[in-house]
Amino acid sequence: MTTRYKVMPGPEHFLPPSAASMGNSLPDPGQGHIHGSIVPEEQAMEEAAKQFLAAKVPTIFPGPLVLWAWNEKAAKKAKAIRHLFETLKDCVASTQTPMLIPMPDYRPKYPKINPEIEINPNHPNLTIWHNKIDACIFVGVHCHQANLSLKIIRGGTDCYTIAMCAQAGHEDAMLSVRDTTADKILRLADWVKKLKGTVEPPK
Amino acid sequence: MATQSVIGQKNNKGQTFTDPRYMMHEAERTPSFFTGSEVIKEAIRRASCDVMIAYPITPQSEAAALIGELFAEGYIGDYFRGESEFAVMSQCAGAAFGGARVFTTTAGPGTMRAMENFPMWAGARLPIQMIVTCRGINSPLSIQPDTLEISYLMQTGMLVWHAETAQDFYDWILKGYMVSEEPDVHLPLALCCDGFFVTHTKDMVDLTPVDMCLPPYDPYRSPVPCMDMECPPVRMMRDPFVMKSNYISYATHASWQQEVWAAVERSRKHSIAWLDGLIDTENTDAEILLLASGTAVSQGREAIEILADEGIRVGLVKVKTLRPWPGEEIIEATKNAKHIIVPEFNVTGWLAREVKATIPNNERVHAGPHVCGGMTMPPEIIASEIKTLLGIKVQTLSARGS
Repeated sequence: MTTRYKVMPGPEHFLPPSAASMGNSLPDPGQGHIHGSIVPEEQAMEEAAKQFLAAKVPTIFPGPLVLWAWNEKAAKKAKAIRHLFETLKDCVASTQTPMLIPMPDYRPKYPKINPEIEINPNHPNLTIWHNKIDACIFVGVHCHQANLSLKIIRGGTDCYTIAMCAQAGHEDAMLSVRDTTADKILRLADWVKKLKGTVEPPK
Repeated sequence: MATQSVIGQKNNKGQTFTDPRYMMHEAERTPSFFTGSEVIKEAIRRASCDVMIAYPITPQSEAAALIGELFAEGYIGDYFRGESEFAVMSQCAGAAFGGARVFTTTAGPGTMRAMENFPMWAGARLPIQMIVTCRGINSPLSIQPDTLEISYLMQTGMLVWHAETAQDFYDWILKGYMVSEEPDVHLPLALCCDGFFVTHTKDMVDLTPVDMCLPPYDPYRSPVPCMDMECPPVRMMRDPFVMKSNYISYATHASWQQEVWAAVERSRKHSIAWLDGLIDTENTDAEILLLASGTAVSQGREAIEILADEGIRVGLVKVKTLRPWPGEEIIEATKNAKHIIVPEFNVTGWLAREVKATIPNNERVHAGPHVCGGMTMPPEIIASEIKTLLGIKVQTLSARGS
């Protein structure tokens, strides 16, 4: 299944449309999407790993659903995310700088947020590490806040956005998988390890 | 999922939490002769609602009172009367913010009085279900059927469905929770019917087994956190970014609104699955099509029969959901039609306007007949309007009954 509207790295527009309003659909279980086209989940996972291995600053943004110990599943996911980050660090070249920047809550922070420490979901294009991040993964972010941030990032930056969603996925990311569990996060780490050395790192 | 884990368990009334697809599509049904208000009660008996908040206004008062009986019987977690419709809808928001499955009913001026809450519900992604038993909203006062209030609800970001019959009503109350509670949707639903015509008339309705009920709402699937005013991650309620005057604050608010309407779009897939399509059609190869929602569909069916007896073939499009709007379905269903007749129970013709904005060659749309303020719409009126449109001479209706 394809869509006419491609969700691509920006900067796209002063106020980009939501992908759903352009007719993009969410994947069904077992599927993911790349740029709005529905693909088998494993294909999306492989592409996510490639994008991360090709980025100068591949960054994981874990959200409140995994940063706070709501339940055992959240704690398990947090450990899997840490494993993904460590795997990434092991697999990239010295020219790459993997980052792990938490999004612990959704409060707008005034007068300013420290972009060295955390992402502000309401100011993402201004506050993600001085806009130097060229690929990111959202994981454990509530769907509504994730969609807002993903769309604003697409509007104002050229960052490649990936969303690992515990629910139905995100059309406003350039790539998304759904029903994310700790095992699925570990599988992405396996893809990163498997593709190590096969993707040309940035110069 | 918590929702899945309770399937097969019993609630404190002995009802079994049942897979909704089995309950709605496969379980044996019992034909029953009920008013629309009684049907609302029977649906809510099986809906595992946590909270119902009530306020009297005709013609929904009876349903609200009947659900009070359900509370007395122990089928609902909490039930109380608000101070006004505005208060009711605010209290519904509070209950939904806290993670409850919420139900309420309203009508006419009550809907209008509470209107400020509806975009707030949608913006806060609260999957509250509100029955709207439509009636007149303007001065001079009328308690009679009139669907004008629906046109206001259509711009709020809520899902808006328009039931034709008591059977629609029964099924859609239960299915409505399944659609509006999907995490990619998670929006309030205004389930509308034409007051009195549906609420106060009796009809045969096939009910699902009384010992089965929906699984409870699972707030952990919400796309936004449950509200806690003091603790992260939700303290933004008292740190609203909208209070700041800068580009990114405005952009965030704009994106927020877009996300609400994106969720309406996402409901399309789920609504199609649960309602078996956003529209129903009959004989869309006919050159004349009657397109309607609510009880105007029922009147249209009778008009189609009258015209068939006279050798005039007319097809039918029944619009079930107004939000999401079935644009592509209507374009497809009307592609062969030379004349599209849109009868409505309101003065402005909002449905005809929506159709005109949707289809190519919209001069084919004939907005009418219209009645409002409680007038009935006899099928003969619709048949007569169609014949006039076709250039066929008709008798004046003032001669009827003489």
